[in-house]
Formats: sequence, C-alpha cells, structure tokens
Amino acid sequence: MSPTALRLSSASRWRVTGSLPGFGASLGFTLFYLGLIVLMPLAMVVLRTFDLSWFEFVAKVSSPRALSAFKISFGAALIAAAINVLVGLLLAWVISRYRFPGKKIIDALIDLPIALPTAVAGIALTTLYAPKGWLGQWLLPLGIQVAFTPLGIVLALVFVGLPFVVRTVQPVLQDIEHETEEAAISLGASPVQTFLRVTLPTIAPALITGFALAFARGVGEYGSVIFIAGNMPMISEITPLLIVTQLEQYDYAGATALALVMLVASFALLLLINLLQSRLAARGQP
Amino acid sequence: MPAFPHPKPIRRRTATVAMAVLAIAATVLASSPSARELELLNVSYDPTRELYEEINTQFAAQYQSSTGDTVMINQSHGGSGKQARAVIDGLEADVVTLALGFDIDALAVRGKLIPVDWQKRLPNNSAPYTSTIVFLVRKGNPKQIKDWGDLTHAGIGVVTPNPKTSGGARWNYLAAWAYAIHQPGASEATAQAFVRALFKNVRVLDSGARGSTTTFVERGIGDVLLVWENEAFLAKKQFGADTFEIVIPSLSILAEPPVTVVDKVVLRHGTRAVAEAYLNYLYTSAAQEIIAEHFYRPRDATVAAKYAERFPPIKLVSIDQDFGGWRAAQAKHFADGGSFDQIYLK
Repeated sequence: MSPTALRLSSASRWRVTGSLPGFGASLGFTLFYLGLIVLMPLAMVVLRTFDLSWFEFVAKVSSPRALSAFKISFGAALIAAAINVLVGLLLAWVISRYRFPGKKIIDALIDLPIALPTAVAGIALTTLYAPKGWLGQWLLPLGIQVAFTPLGIVLALVFVGLPFVVRTVQPVLQDIEHETEEAAISLGASPVQTFLRVTLPTIAPALITGFALAFARGVGEYGSVIFIAGNMPMISEITPLLIVTQLEQYDYAGATALALVMLVASFALLLLINLLQSRLAARGQP
Repeated sequence: MPAFPHPKPIRRRTATVAMAVLAIAATVLASSPSARELELLNVSYDPTRELYEEINTQFAAQYQSSTGDTVMINQSHGGSGKQARAVIDGLEADVVTLALGFDIDALAVRGKLIPVDWQKRLPNNSAPYTSTIVFLVRKGNPKQIKDWGDLTHAGIGVVTPNPKTSGGARWNYLAAWAYAIHQPGASEATAQAFVRALFKNVRVLDSGARGSTTTFVERGIGDVLLVWENEAFLAKKQFGADTFEIVIPSLSILAEPPVTVVDKVVLRHGTRAVAEAYLNYLYTSAAQEIIAEHFYRPRDATVAAKYAERFPPIKLVSIDQDFGGWRAAQAKHFADGGSFDQIYLK
C-alpha cells in the first residue's frame, strides 16, 4: 500500500523527507528485498506460463470452468470484504470508543482468524454450518444452506478477512480528536451528520485499506474455503482449487496461467483501490 | 611378563595408544561392511500410514537379523498426486508407494527418476496389495442401495471425492464407468449418460478421499459414500459396526496401488539393496498378513484364503484390460475436457 509513493510521483520524482540520512541505502535495500521476496517468485509464475502458446493460454483461462471460478473467487472476495468493512467498522468503533469488562479479550479474539491454521477454520465452520451442524440444522428449515454452497465461501472469507478491517480502522478511530466531533455537535450538527461529515471522511482511507487487505486475503484463500465450499464445478469451485486441479494433472503451465490472471486482476484492483485511497487521503488533509 | 625392555610408564602409554588404535580400527572395520545404519524414505499416500508403520517395524527387525544392518524407515504421507510432485521437485524418496500408477508414471515421464517400464519390475504389476471400490451406506441401508444402478435414482445423495484432485477418486469414477459399459446394449454414450446422472446426485466434491469420508460420516451428508474397501472397513472400525454397512456392488474395479524404487535417489544414497529388499518384503507372507489386517486385499493366495471371509469375491475389471492403462484413461476421462468435465459442461 503506497499512498506516499503515489503522491511522490505526482510531485517531484525523488524527494527525501525527514532529517535522517540513508535514503540511497534504504531504498536500495527495499528494492533488493522486494525483488527477492516478492518479485522473483512472481516472475517464476510468469516464466512458467510461457510454456504455453498465446492460443493455449487464452483457451486455458477463458474456458467456461475457469471463467466461472474467477467469477466465484472475485465475487465472493468482494462481497466478503464489503461485509467486513461494515462489521469491522462497528467492532473497531466499539473497541476504541467504549470501555467495558472483557474488552481486552474481545480485542485479542479479533486477531484469532489470522493465527488459526486456515484448515482448522474451514473444518470448524463446516462443522457448525453443515446441514446437521449446530447452526446449520436451524438454518436449513428456513431454506438457508450455508455449508457446501457459495454462501459458505463468503462466510469463510468473512472469517479470515475480519481482522484486516478492524486493525486498520481501529488506530485511526483512536487518534481522532474528540474536539472536532464535539465542535460539530456544539455547532448544531446531528450525531448522524457528525459521523457522516466529520468522522467518516477521516477514517475512509483506513476503511478502504482494510477493504483492500480483506479482499486480497480472500481472493487467494484456499485452506478454509475448500472444506466448506462443496467444490462443485461451475457452482462453488474457486480459482485456487482449479489451480490445484491443474497441478494434479502435472500441468504446471496451466496452473500458472490461471494464477497469472488472478495476479494481474488482483494487482489492478489493488492499484485502483490505492489510487482511490490516496485521493481521499489527499482531500482529508488540505 | 614384560616383553619389551622399556621403562614402565612409556610401555604402558604405548600399550594404551595401540589398544585405542586397534579398538577404533575394529569398530570401523566392523561397522562398515557388516553392521551399517541405513535410512530409507518411503513416500506414500494418505491412508497407508498405519499399514507402513507396522510393516516398517517388522521389516527393520527382519532385515537386522538377516544382514546385521539397522534400517530406519521414514514415512511421508499426503495426497498421491501431491506426493509424486514433491518427489519430482526433489523430495528424496528411496521408494514410493502411491495410490495409482499414473502418479508413478509421472516420476518416469516428467521426473526421469525411474525407467518407463518400472511397473514390470515387481510381481503383480508392482502392486503387492490391492483394494476395490465399494459403497458405505447408513445402518440398515434405508435407501436400499444395492448396486451402481441405484445411485442414479432421484433423491439419492452420493458422496465421492473429485477425481480431478484425488487420485483415489479416479478409481471410483472408472468403476462407475465400467459398470455402465458392461450393461447389455451399452455404448460410450450410455456410459457418459450414466456418470452424468450419477454425479447429478453428488452434493459435495471434496478434494481428497479422507475429506469425503468426513463429509459422509461426520457431517451426515448423503446416503452412500463411494470408497476404497480398506477405508470403508476403517470407518466401520472407527465409528462402530452399528453405524454403517458395506455394500458390495455387482462389479467394481481392481485398485492397484503400486510401489517402486526411485532409481536416481537410491543411486545417490547407495540404498538400492535395502530399498529393493524392503519392497520385496511386502510380498512375503508375513507382510501379506499385516496387509490383510489393515484391510487391503493380499496378493498371496494362502493369506487371501485365510481372510476370505473378510474379502468376499467380487467381479473386477482392471485398468489395463478395460481402460488401456492409466495414460489412456487419464487422457480420456480426467484431462481437461475429458469425460468427467463433460458432466459439468452443458
């Protein structure tokens, strides 16, 4: 996430802010490190894809099954990230604005989805929401089946993505100066107006970052989804599963072709979100 | 009786040094040719964990008593295809014992780790034990499921893993196909229609065989689980004989999980002799007993006769005779656009 980088590029291309020296060395190390840890593995994905001809590549990534898997993966990740923005904001609000017994425990609970092995999360959710599970058996008569449907995928992604929204919004909420909200109220703004016109613009960049992180986490998620999705082709088959399917046929190039499409689409979306976020941030601080 | 006229302290020290040298030499000599410590890595698929734990102990004891060498066998288990890829990518397996020949073929074709005719090197297609695909149904068989034909009826919930991700599940799929193609007046088209109708009744396609068993047994999904015979016995044993029943269909497939030495690796490790002894041990009556105890069908006729009650006779088709081998079966049924994909593309 680099709103600063984007702003830099719009102003002067090379700028050293701050009084500590070492710009050259630290930038050099940053590029080297990113190259080693992030870019090289990704370059392997691209390289492997070149085993395919252009025609084969297009056929592979535009097959009906691949298209439906892309739709499910990106769709479910977007829906889950949107849900997480709403619920995550509420949770962050409660944790940062109120004092109540057990607050520390709730605060710690929020990080749990990151720490838990995703397979454990998937199995636990499936046990709960399967048609005979504790929650599933009550939902089924209402006509809602969660486990083994696309709804289950969204649920798993909501679970793994939640901490990202809470943890990005919470510090910003804590840092808001109460005086600004109090000033708005004393000048005659209603609570709703205060929230929409004063609080929300301040936390919007953080909310968007949280959305982006939750979305990025969800698109690539495999471990938890695989247990609850049902994995029916064209219905609840996610792209990462389709990639594993290719590997199972020893078709490495096919697998990386699908991965490449995911990568490029995710990168484009994240770039777009960053751009939006930096615009908002720029407007927030005149 | 002093043999050397040296002063005492020096003589004693010389003697000590000489003895130490002798002792070290003796240890080195004794340990190098006659009592070595060997290590093997057996890369296998998921449900064989307990089987090989027992076989490894027995083999190590037998090998030590016959050669004096101690051998330590490490095990690695996982999905069959994933295990094969790991070996191709450099996991140092001395032997592989996987769920289907297709995955070991990949070691020959893609990894160039073994010769392409690897399956001819050991008896019985290099498969020292077999299994077959049976049905696991709920106690009392409430939906009266007797044979493959019943699986396509409306209202029957079938659970089977995805044959595209699970090697074991490919046997399930081919067994269903074989049943359909053996019906009077059958053709490729009727077989395709049959598997399509069958998979219409499949609600959950888990990525692996153990996942399917969990879905059926613990989540309570479906009326019938298509399952390897040894897994069906294991589920019954684990969850109680009064919870499930095994139904033997009129026809099934001979599932042959083959084994082989990985030539390039044993050459590097210098472990060919012990690796071959290990695989040959699987064919001995002692190992065949262990195999039968773990619900795999033994190859040895005497052991098979002893366990005849456990493994009822069943009409079996084979991958080589009925499907032209794994490479042909894979291309026709499980490759992209194959008969399995046809089910889901209208």
